Amino acid sequence: MIREYTTTVEISGPLMLVDRVEGVAYEELVEIELPGGEIRHGKVLEVDSRMALVQLFEGSSGTDITESRVRFLGKQVELGVSEEMLGRVFDGQGRPRAPFDTAPPVVPERMENINGAPINPYARDYPAEFIQTGFSSIDGINTLVRGQKLPVFSGNGLPHAAVAAQIARQARVLGEGESFAVVFAAMGITFEEADYFIRDFRKTGAMDRAVVFMNLADDPAIERISTPRMALTAAEYLAYEKDMHILVILTDMTNYCDALREISAARKEVPGRRGYPGYLYTDLSTIYERAGRIKGRKGSITQIPILTMPEDDKTHPIPDLTGYITEGQLILNRELHKKGVYPPMDVMESLSRLKDKGIGKGKTREDHADLFNQLMAAYSAGKDARELAVILGAAALSEIDQKYLRFADEYERRYISQGGHENRNIDETLDLGWELLKLLPRNEMKRIDPKRLDKYWPVKGGGEGDD
Amino acid sequence: MIKGTIDKIAGPLVVADGMKEARMYDLVYVSDYGLIGEIIELKGEKASIQVYEETGGLKPGDPVTATGKPLSVELGPGLVTAIYDGIQRPLDEIREQAGDWITRGISIRGLDHEKLWDWNPVAEPGLEVGGGEVLGEVPETKLITHRVMVPPDVKGTLTWVKEAGSCNIDTVVAKVNDGEGVEVQLKMYHNWPVRKPRPVAEKRAPEEPLITGQRVVDAFFPLGKGGTACVPGPFGSGKTVIQHQLAKWADAEIVVYVGCGERGNEMTDVLQEFPELEDPKSGEPLILRTVLVANTSNMPVAAREASVYTGITIGEYFRDMGYSVALMADSTSRWAEAMREMSGRLEEMPGEEGYPAYLGTRIAEFYERAGNVLCRGGDRSGALTVVGAVSPAGGDLSDPVVQATLRVVKVFWSLQAKLAYARHFPAIGWLESYSLYTDNLREYYDENLGEGWVSMMKEAISLLQQEANLQEIARLVGAESLSPEDQLILYTSRSLREDFLHQNAFHEVDTYASIGKQKVMMEVIMNTHEEMRKAIRSGVPPRELFDLPLKEEITRMRYIPEDEIGSIEAIKGSVTSQVSRVIESEQTA
Repeated sequence: MIREYTTTVEISGPLMLVDRVEGVAYEELVEIELPGGEIRHGKVLEVDSRMALVQLFEGSSGTDITESRVRFLGKQVELGVSEEMLGRVFDGQGRPRAPFDTAPPVVPERMENINGAPINPYARDYPAEFIQTGFSSIDGINTLVRGQKLPVFSGNGLPHAAVAAQIARQARVLGEGESFAVVFAAMGITFEEADYFIRDFRKTGAMDRAVVFMNLADDPAIERISTPRMALTAAEYLAYEKDMHILVILTDMTNYCDALREISAARKEVPGRRGYPGYLYTDLSTIYERAGRIKGRKGSITQIPILTMPEDDKTHPIPDLTGYITEGQLILNRELHKKGVYPPMDVMESLSRLKDKGIGKGKTREDHADLFNQLMAAYSAGKDARELAVILGAAALSEIDQKYLRFADEYERRYISQGGHENRNIDETLDLGWELLKLLPRNEMKRIDPKRLDKYWPVKGGGEGDD
Repeated sequence: MIKGTIDKIAGPLVVADGMKEARMYDLVYVSDYGLIGEIIELKGEKASIQVYEETGGLKPGDPVTATGKPLSVELGPGLVTAIYDGIQRPLDEIREQAGDWITRGISIRGLDHEKLWDWNPVAEPGLEVGGGEVLGEVPETKLITHRVMVPPDVKGTLTWVKEAGSCNIDTVVAKVNDGEGVEVQLKMYHNWPVRKPRPVAEKRAPEEPLITGQRVVDAFFPLGKGGTACVPGPFGSGKTVIQHQLAKWADAEIVVYVGCGERGNEMTDVLQEFPELEDPKSGEPLILRTVLVANTSNMPVAAREASVYTGITIGEYFRDMGYSVALMADSTSRWAEAMREMSGRLEEMPGEEGYPAYLGTRIAEFYERAGNVLCRGGDRSGALTVVGAVSPAGGDLSDPVVQATLRVVKVFWSLQAKLAYARHFPAIGWLESYSLYTDNLREYYDENLGEGWVSMMKEAISLLQQEANLQEIARLVGAESLSPEDQLILYTSRSLREDFLHQNAFHEVDTYASIGKQKVMMEVIMNTHEEMRKAIRSGVPPRELFDLPLKEEITRMRYIPEDEIGSIEAIKGSVTSQVSRVIESEQTA
């Protein structure tokens, strides 16, 4: 039942008001035919018995009041899903995205509403299995588990794109017969960045197990609202029906939120903090909460949303509300970046809330938790020593403080820092941790179970550094 | 039944036409999907409805039916161990009907109407009864005896009571003649509107502390049974862990946990953990005394607004039975945001930060439903304690929700980001937090913990306050240059922080400390302080005291199980002898 109208009465920003409509449903998909024959898309934002307010995905330039033909399609925004999506690049509306993908459209197995539905909390299974990213600062310290949502808080000029690309190509789940894929959604990033990702994926073979949704900086901003939802719909299909473990990378959420603000402003809604709409938290949660595991289903969805904090301010509404929804955060640090540490991971401020259940015997290794605590304590002591050294001069430090200072330096240089193509497995990461701890006296290992200490750091004839 | 039609749809707000006879807060069914909603504004023939389910696909002209009844919950046997969404639909049943995702238009009643319960009558026919009178008892779980009461709005002469036996909640168990010849049939359950507080005979000030097993709470900032507390803090500061700890270990008889707009995985954690954890008092699984209300952040926002009311009404119902109930709401900020969203859609004039002007009133009304009470219909007292988590934007305590909450609650547990970064948990700041119940509870402490407890606590807090001042000086001149007694203050307050206040929620033993254990631990630390002070006054250099092996014994005491408290007690003797040995060797030297 297609109904067509030429009764547009107002166009303002990305919104279009259509008069004298009948039988239009809330959230219905809309097609607008411009005088030149060009087709645009939109959805119904608000409807009453006379008028429908339509949000235009591709923006309103070129639309006009008298001749634009508005068709209501009788369905909501949908994505055609199929296994053939793997290896393909789509735009924000699910069409093949030239120039990255020039193949014909995917033949869908079926259509899915991109808004999804909330997972029943009773049906959820608690995330408890380890995902190896190949980064020591993540695997060893802020461990990611299947079904978790762990954002990266970055800033302008920090290498979050490189980190994201590296995670995308290195990430894997341990265990036999598990299939793993990456769904990558780019919102408002530049052509250069997009090109970097696609080329990197192609070069490293990551593309074969990836589905990419691209909305570039010069693509319609409003399309960014649907891009992550398209990606998550694809992810849900692959995870829960094709039994795959899916890592969803969303970049950059800041652009997404700005698009949301644009619509809110156009609707003249009462703004919340910094002009973002009051429902920003609810809206973000309908994206982030689509991560998870479901009892009795094999696949899982893990999310790494990436956002750039305006002025590196963690209390800005976007990182703030994200942090309240996600299970921890990975924070990139400008100071470390300037020192040449890659990835510049601020391990002290970063946190993975679900780490505890994903590490240990049978998951990573029995010594993981102790080692983590000891490394954190030692690095913290080392950073304190570094501050002291700034005030007093390094020479004035006590012997033990000097050792901690050296540890902190080495920890940043060798543990946190690693090559752009260096993929460390979890054993390498843990062994490196032990190696670094040996820069300190053995009796400083207060956080490690003595039995485990004997196993991983046996005392040889009198003991090294033992006093 | 009033029938109208949809006029306008904007997100969770639907405006219906032809609703002239409808009343405010009436429950309505929207469209042929039968979506549940509630009337929140009336203008002429038009009613604004907040809809508790997704509204996508609704059209103007779709039918709207008002039930003429307000949004209510079913109260009766079967509440305990249940997990509900914000409008009391059991999530396990929803899963059975709809699968792993919550779809629309599912209508399930809050209680199981088929299940058979053991009915044991208590009241005799002929009795003059009013609301709250206990008619009979039903063993609901191993831990909870459900008292079936006369609903608050029924009064009259009891004419008939069903004999003992097995029956479902729809069975009529008693009949009451209301004095005007009308016979009221009472079943094992009744409905009560969520937005209306259940009446009590009398409210009193809290007299007993809610023992939570969390040292910083019980010792420093106690909460009275029937009192109110709030826990504001930025993300990552451990609000949810504290709420979980309280839900696990608080010595309430019933715990209602409301997950309001929070993470789905956290509710799963509760669901998986509670059946396995043991109640420290009874040894039975914690779930047998727990009611869960889970409306996660991605579930419809209007139902989130209702979820705290659903939770507190269930809490009041158990309080009326004479139980001590604790309600945890995590997080009230999400509830306030739901109010803000609806208010914005209604185009109301906004107050601070876009929140509606009535934010403060609503918050105050909610916390005022807590209380230590004398129940109606018999000589029972019950208590409803409310703990609300608040998630202020950017961790900024000037947030309107925090400020409105602090105006009404009596206990403030201030979570500090800097403590969380230093991995000091629970990250409750000892300089910023307060409890206004300390004086009310003094009598209880003097009676149960001895007269020394309150003064010991005050001394401990004062040491920590002195530490804060001394640390500033120490940072400038170095700790070594402080006077020996000041150095001791730094030493003891560090011990207080690390060996007493810091508590590991994930350690089998440390996660819970009985008030008895807390007392002994505190005594050990403060005795040590006393002994060392004497030694210092007799001229012993502080360094020699600070490196004594007693330090390790004190560090280990938190990991000593409850049944070995004697060995913590023994540390006192060990401390005295170690310190006096130092004094002796100093004097002989």
